[in-house]
Amino acid sequence: MGYPHPSHPKETPVLSKYFGDAEARTFDGWVKRGGYEGLRKALAMGPEAVIEEIKASGLRGRGGAGFPTGMKWSFMPKGDGKPHYLVCNADESEPGTFKDREIMRWTPHGLIEGCAVGAMAIGAERCYIYIRGEFTEPWRIMSKAVEEAYANGALGANVFGSGRRIDITLHRGAGAYICGEETAMMNSIEGRRGNPRIKPPFPAQAGLFAMPTTINNVETLAATPHILVHGAAWYKGLCLSNPKSTGTKLVSVCGHVLRPGNYEITMGTPMRELLYDMCGGMRPGRTLKAVIPGGSSVPIMTAEEAESALMDYEGLVEKGSMLGSAGMIVMDDTTDMVYQIWRLAKFYAHESCAQCTQCREGTAWTTRVMERILAGKGKEADFQLLLDLADNMTGKTICVLSDSCAAPVVSGIQKFRGEFEAYMSGARQPSLAGV
Amino acid sequence: MAEELVNVTIDGAVVSVPKGTTIIEAAKQAGVLVPHYCYHPSLPSPAVCRMCLVEVEKAPKLMPACVTTVAEGQVVHVNSATAKKARQGVLEFLLINHPLDCPICDQSGECELQDYVFQEGRAGTRYAEYAKRYNPVEDFGPDVLYVANRCILCTRCVRFMDDVAQTPVLNVSERGDRAYIGISPEQTLDHPWSGNVVDLCPVGSLISKDFLHKARAWDLDKAPSVCPGCTQGCNISIETRDDVVVRLRPRPNMDVNRHFMCDYGRLDYRWLNRGDRIEAPLVREQGRHAAVDWDVALDRLGAMLRDTAGAAVILASGRASVESLGLVRRLVDRFDVTAAVKVPIGDEAPLAGIPDLALRPERVPNLHGAELLGYTRNWEAAVRKAMAASIVIILDADLSAEDAAALATAAGQVVVLGTVADEWLRSAALVLPITNMAEENGTYVNRDLRAQRYQQAKSQPGMARPAWWVAGEVLAGPGPDGDAPSTAAEAFALIADRVPAFGGLAHGELGFGGRTLRAAEVAR
Repeated sequence: MGYPHPSHPKETPVLSKYFGDAEARTFDGWVKRGGYEGLRKALAMGPEAVIEEIKASGLRGRGGAGFPTGMKWSFMPKGDGKPHYLVCNADESEPGTFKDREIMRWTPHGLIEGCAVGAMAIGAERCYIYIRGEFTEPWRIMSKAVEEAYANGALGANVFGSGRRIDITLHRGAGAYICGEETAMMNSIEGRRGNPRIKPPFPAQAGLFAMPTTINNVETLAATPHILVHGAAWYKGLCLSNPKSTGTKLVSVCGHVLRPGNYEITMGTPMRELLYDMCGGMRPGRTLKAVIPGGSSVPIMTAEEAESALMDYEGLVEKGSMLGSAGMIVMDDTTDMVYQIWRLAKFYAHESCAQCTQCREGTAWTTRVMERILAGKGKEADFQLLLDLADNMTGKTICVLSDSCAAPVVSGIQKFRGEFEAYMSGARQPSLAGV
Repeated sequence: MAEELVNVTIDGAVVSVPKGTTIIEAAKQAGVLVPHYCYHPSLPSPAVCRMCLVEVEKAPKLMPACVTTVAEGQVVHVNSATAKKARQGVLEFLLINHPLDCPICDQSGECELQDYVFQEGRAGTRYAEYAKRYNPVEDFGPDVLYVANRCILCTRCVRFMDDVAQTPVLNVSERGDRAYIGISPEQTLDHPWSGNVVDLCPVGSLISKDFLHKARAWDLDKAPSVCPGCTQGCNISIETRDDVVVRLRPRPNMDVNRHFMCDYGRLDYRWLNRGDRIEAPLVREQGRHAAVDWDVALDRLGAMLRDTAGAAVILASGRASVESLGLVRRLVDRFDVTAAVKVPIGDEAPLAGIPDLALRPERVPNLHGAELLGYTRNWEAAVRKAMAASIVIILDADLSAEDAAALATAAGQVVVLGTVADEWLRSAALVLPITNMAEENGTYVNRDLRAQRYQQAKSQPGMARPAWWVAGEVLAGPGPDGDAPSTAAEAFALIADRVPAFGGLAHGELGFGGRTLRAAEVAR
C-alpha cells in the first residue's frame, strides 16, 4: 500500500501501511486489519503499565520537540481528583509538513485508538482533537470515524466494556499557525484568542481549562497502539543509529525531488537514501542545493550537510539543524535562496500572534529588509542588521515563533551569503518590485 | 504566621522578600527599577512586552522579571550587558512604528517609552527606509480616544477591562505588526471606571478627551489628596496648571483604591475652579452686605455667639473637613445643637475585580467623619429646626432653592461660611469666605472609618480661609491669642483630644495613606 505511490522497499510502513486503502477508514475494516487490539490491550494493562511500556519503547514526540512521550505522560498528577485532558495536536501547519493529514485521511481509527490509549494512560476522560481549519477532508473522515467508534463501543461511557469513559471531541481550528503551539491551542479550545501562554504553569499542572493536560501530536498518538501490540522491544529495535531515536518516522518530502510524498522510515536512515532512493532524487540535470529537514522552523542545511546526515533527532542536530516535524523541503540548484528565506520570514510575520514585541515587530521588519534586498536595494550593512534582529528575536519571547523566523535568516546568511551579495551588487536582477 | 523569606541578590543588593515575590517586585525592594510596560501591580501579568527580561544566574536564557518568582540564593542582573542589549532591542522594535509626535502628545513628559528610550535606547533608527504603520485615531468612549499609532500593545487596557472591570469591551485585533487594540462592535468604553485605561496606558495611546491638549506634564503641579466624590475616599492627586485644576488622577493606596478611581470622581473637578467665589467677609448692615476685614468679621461672629442662646443649627457640606466640621461644631457647644450634613445620593458603581471598591451612593467624602463629630444625615429635620433656631450656621452647604427660600425667613441669625457667591446669601447676617477642599489641608474619614489627609493644591481666592481657621480664631477669642490653630494639624489635634473616635491621633501619624480610626476597630 501507500499513497500517493506504493511504499518503497526501504520504507518501514507501520503508520502508513494502510495509506491508500479506503476500507481501512471504516471501523470494521480497521478491526479486520488488527485495529483496536492496542486499545484493548491498554485497557487490560492499566495506565501505569501503559506508561512504562511507552517509556521503554523510546517513543518521542513527533510534533517537533521530540520529548519522550512516556515521560510526558508520567508528569500528569495522579489521584488529584481533577479532570484531566488529552489534547491531540492535529493542527499540522508547519510549512512542509503533511504527514498528520494522511494519518487522518486514511487511518482515522488508528488515531482514535491512539487518543484513547493516551487518554487512558493519563487518566483523562476527554480528548480534544484540534484539527487544522483548512483540513476539510480529514475533518470529514475523522467525524465519521468518531461516530463509528462511539457506535461500536470504542469510545463512550464504557469503552469495550472496561468501565472506563473516554470521549473524543473534534475541534476545528480557524487557520492560525500559532494555534499549533500547545498553549495557544489550549487557549483556542477554550474560546480565547490563540496566544501562547507563559510557562510555568506547565500544561501537566494547569493546562486546558486550568486542569492537568497532555498535548501529543497525531503521529505520536497513532504510534502508541502499535507499540502496545508489538511490544516496546520491537519498537526500540526500529533504530539504525542513535538508540535515543527509536521507531519509525513519517517524513513529508516536498520540493525538487522526483517523487514528493510521505515516507515512513526507520529512525537513523541516511537522508541520502531517502532523497535519492525513495524520492527518486533530483529532477534530471539538477543538483541538490539545500534542505530544510524539519519544517520551516529549523535551520537550512546545505547539500553537503544533508547528504551526510542521518534522519533522527541526534543526526540532524549534529549537522546543525533539527528533525522537527520532519517536513522536508528540498531545494535544487535553481532555487533562489534569498527569495525562499524572504518567503519564510513573510509567513512568520503574517502568523505572529502579536503578543511579544520582538516577534510582532521583528518578523515584519526582517521581512521588509529581505524585501529590500530582493528589490536590489540591499547593502552590506543589512547583514549586520539582519543578524542583530535575529539575535534580538531569539530566546526572548514566550514561544519560539520569532526564533523560527530568525533561524532560516541566520543559517541562510551563513550558508548562502553569496546569493545575498549577488542581489546587493546587482549581479542578480531584482526579483521583487520593491518596498 | 511569619512569612517564609527568600534571600536574593539584585544588582549587588541583597534583599529578603516573601516567597512567591516576583523578581520585579523584589527589585523594587532592592532599589532597582526593572523597566517594564505590560506589567502593572494591579493587573495580571502576561509577560508580553519582554521589556523586563533580566539575567538570572544559572538560567539558560533571560527571564521575564514580572512573572519569574524569586528563589533562595538567586543572583539577578538587571543592568548587565546582556539584559541591556535585550531591552535596547525591545525599545528599537517598539519605536520603529511609533510616531515621534511627542511635541503634540499629551503623554509626553510622563511617557514610559520616552523615559526608557532616553535612558537606554539607541540614538538613531535603523528603520529609515520604510513608512511607519498608520491607523486612524478611534473614539473609544465618552472620555477615551485611542491613538493606534502610538500603541505598544502592552494590553494593560485590555486586561483592566477583562479582569478588573470585568466588562470585556477591548481586545487585541489582527495579528503580527498589524495588531491594534480593538473595541467590540456596537460597544463603547463607557464603564464607570473606564477612565483608568488612560492612566494605565504607558504611552500616549489612550488619552483623555477631557485633558486633551490642556497641559504639558512638566507644567503640572501635583498635590496628594482624597477624592471628594463619595464616601469611598479614593486617594488622588490633584493636578493643577497655573493654579487651575486640570485633572484628577488616582494615587495608589493598596487598602483603599489600589491604583484606580472612577470616572465620576475623576471628571467632577470643575467646581474646584469656580470663579464666582466669595472673596471677602461680608457683614449685613441696613439691608445690604458690606465687605469687612477678618478682624471685624470674626468679632461679629464671636459677639453673635456670645449674645445668643437657645437652639443652634449647623447645615454643613459633606465635603467639609474633619477639622472644619469639628471646630465649627464646637463654636455652638453651649447651644441646643442640631447638626446635619447634606448627602446627595446616586447610583453605586462597583469595580468588580477589586473587593470593597465602588463609587458609593453617598456622594460626599466626609459623611462618616461628620457622623463621628455629631452630625446627622437627617437634613430635612435640621432645616425645619433651623427655621426657629436662634442661630443657623451654614457650612458651605449647597442649598436647594426650597431650602434657601425657607431659610430666608428663618427666625434667627444666619451665618454662612461659604465658597461660592450664591444668590440666597443676600439674606445672611454674616458671610465668611472659606476655601474649598483643593485650597486647604484637611482630613476626611471614609466609609471604613479610615482618616485620610489631603493637601492644598491651589491658592485660595481673595481673603478666603479654611473654615477650621475661622472657627479656631473665634474660639480663641479676640486679640493676638496664641491658642488659635494655625495649621490643619493643630486644628486636628484639638479635635483628636476631645473626640474619642479619633483616639488622640495626630496628622503626622496619618501619613499619606491614612489610618483606620479606633472607632472602627472597636466596632469590629
